[in-house]
Amino acid sequence: MSFIEYLTYTWDDLLETGIGHMVAVLISLGIATVIGITFGVLTYRRPAASQVALAVASTILTIPSFALFGLAIGIGLGLGYAPTIVVLSAYAILAILRNTITGLRSVDPAITESAKGMGMSDWQQLTRIELPMAWPVIMAGIRVSALLILGIATIAAYVGGPGFGEDIFTGLSTLGSVNSVNLVLSGMLGVMVLALLFEVLFTILGRFTTSKGLN
Amino acid sequence: MNDAAENQNGREATIRLEKLSKEFPGQEEPAVKELSMEIYEGEIVVLVGPSGCGKTTTMKMINRIIEPSSGRIYISGEDVTDKNPDELRRHIGYVIQQIGLFPHMTIADNIATVPKMLGWDKERVSKRVDELLETVHLPNSYRDRYPKELSGGQRQRIGVARAMAADPPIMLMDEPFGAVDPITRERLQDEFLRLQQEILQKTIVFVTHDIDEAIKLGDRIAILRDQSEIAQYDTPETILTDPADEYVEDFIGSGASLKRLSLSKVEDIKTAEWPVAKLTDGHDSVRRKMEQSGKDYVLLLDEREKPKRWVSLSDVEHDSIPLKEAGWPAVAIVEANSSLYDTLDTMITSYRGSAVVVDDNGGYKGVVDFETVLTSIEEMRPQEGHQAPGYIADREDLPS
Repeated sequence: MSFIEYLTYTWDDLLETGIGHMVAVLISLGIATVIGITFGVLTYRRPAASQVALAVASTILTIPSFALFGLAIGIGLGLGYAPTIVVLSAYAILAILRNTITGLRSVDPAITESAKGMGMSDWQQLTRIELPMAWPVIMAGIRVSALLILGIATIAAYVGGPGFGEDIFTGLSTLGSVNSVNLVLSGMLGVMVLALLFEVLFTILGRFTTSKGLN
Repeated sequence: MNDAAENQNGREATIRLEKLSKEFPGQEEPAVKELSMEIYEGEIVVLVGPSGCGKTTTMKMINRIIEPSSGRIYISGEDVTDKNPDELRRHIGYVIQQIGLFPHMTIADNIATVPKMLGWDKERVSKRVDELLETVHLPNSYRDRYPKELSGGQRQRIGVARAMAADPPIMLMDEPFGAVDPITRERLQDEFLRLQQEILQKTIVFVTHDIDEAIKLGDRIAILRDQSEIAQYDTPETILTDPADEYVEDFIGSGASLKRLSLSKVEDIKTAEWPVAKLTDGHDSVRRKMEQSGKDYVLLLDEREKPKRWVSLSDVEHDSIPLKEAGWPAVAIVEANSSLYDTLDTMITSYRGSAVVVDDNGGYKGVVDFETVLTSIEEMRPQEGHQAPGYIADREDLPS
């Protein structure tokens, strides 16, 4: 069976797999964004604290994904979505946290001073001035994380997670049999298509959520 | 209020600082040491001094951007040293050198910041934005622009408009015109002065390191030395004619007497008696006026009283040359509200060594020459200070 033929036979399965892959990535990305921005906001004014937060997030990134997925089962998260999302979130934090800290720190002190001088509380300064100004940088972090965990998500098949990983693993373990190459190819292509989709999504999101005054 | 809050006129100070000090951690000497001063309603007080003298720290303690280490701050009699700082700041306009416009907000949103925080309704905010754009001479179409689309001078104007938005009775300005080019700077200063006179009448604390700016803008100037110690706190006229000590003298720098001239307006001095005639008058009457006055020149005005030409006797000898073309054009013209400094400048570069003073509409008001200016300079000298200034009196090589 040629690859094209394979696609026409299995496209509805592939679509379902793709949606599962995307949902897992989106949920993880959401969780990581909340955690990354929260810790970024909490630590950006304290160099020592932000160093610690960044060090922790970087260390997570150095753990091989196989090991981390294994560990996720080990601590009782079971199989399927739960360990997948926990692990993917953990990997996604670093870029978002780092960019949040960088973005917030790059706001001109004169701007926060004038905000303060007009009587904005710390919370108002953060929500009305600093975060909106840092948003393009934070978005860039989310984008990097998205691409990173789109790839890592394939390994989630190892813990029974959703996504193209299962196709790839099955293909690789049955190399030489009828559809093995097609399985691997479709899995890889699926991830690439998702990556492109995310790029488009972020470009549109960036246009709508970033002030025209910041470009 | 205790008696100390009232000056000899019985007025209560709008801003009163009482033994205000600021020590920064890790520094041996305090940045500001026991500063006490009073600032009255509607006056522009300029804090001026060399870099690091504590003038900015002093100003920033008034709205508690910097919290004082000790001492009290009173605003309109109320002790605000421990008041909620955000609440306090919403009623004090604040402009800094870097302006600090919010780049992600439109000009309208920037200006509307404080009114929105104070809970004004939309319509009122919008009307206020329109009003302020007009006040600072920017077209209404700028509402929806972003700060990056504006020039430095325009941003500066928006900065001032934003600080005035909720009509605070007090404004703090930290070198607000420091970051623009000299020409724009002068224009902004002039505009600011006119605004203050015509509309604002606010109590303004202005920080600068530029003594010329201080002289130009200040109703009173506080010259500060290290740790914000007041060397002299007085009107620019007094500081220039009667500096308190050598430090003040040094700080004013050379040319104090010339600087003094920039404080007097030409409308305040007596103009010289000068013969004038209309362009429509005949040659005969011009000749007669010249002879009667004993002056060598007559000034010719057009039908709207605008000065047009200077003519001497020889220019009007022959009736063949029409008055419109006789003599030479009157170009050394100053407006009545020009400073004596500018007037003198015009006179020096003019052909005849005199300048014509006109009113707002360009109509003739009088003529000033060197003699009239000298007379008024004579009157400006301090009454008690008839001896030579110290740097001359101390020199033994000169006869006393």
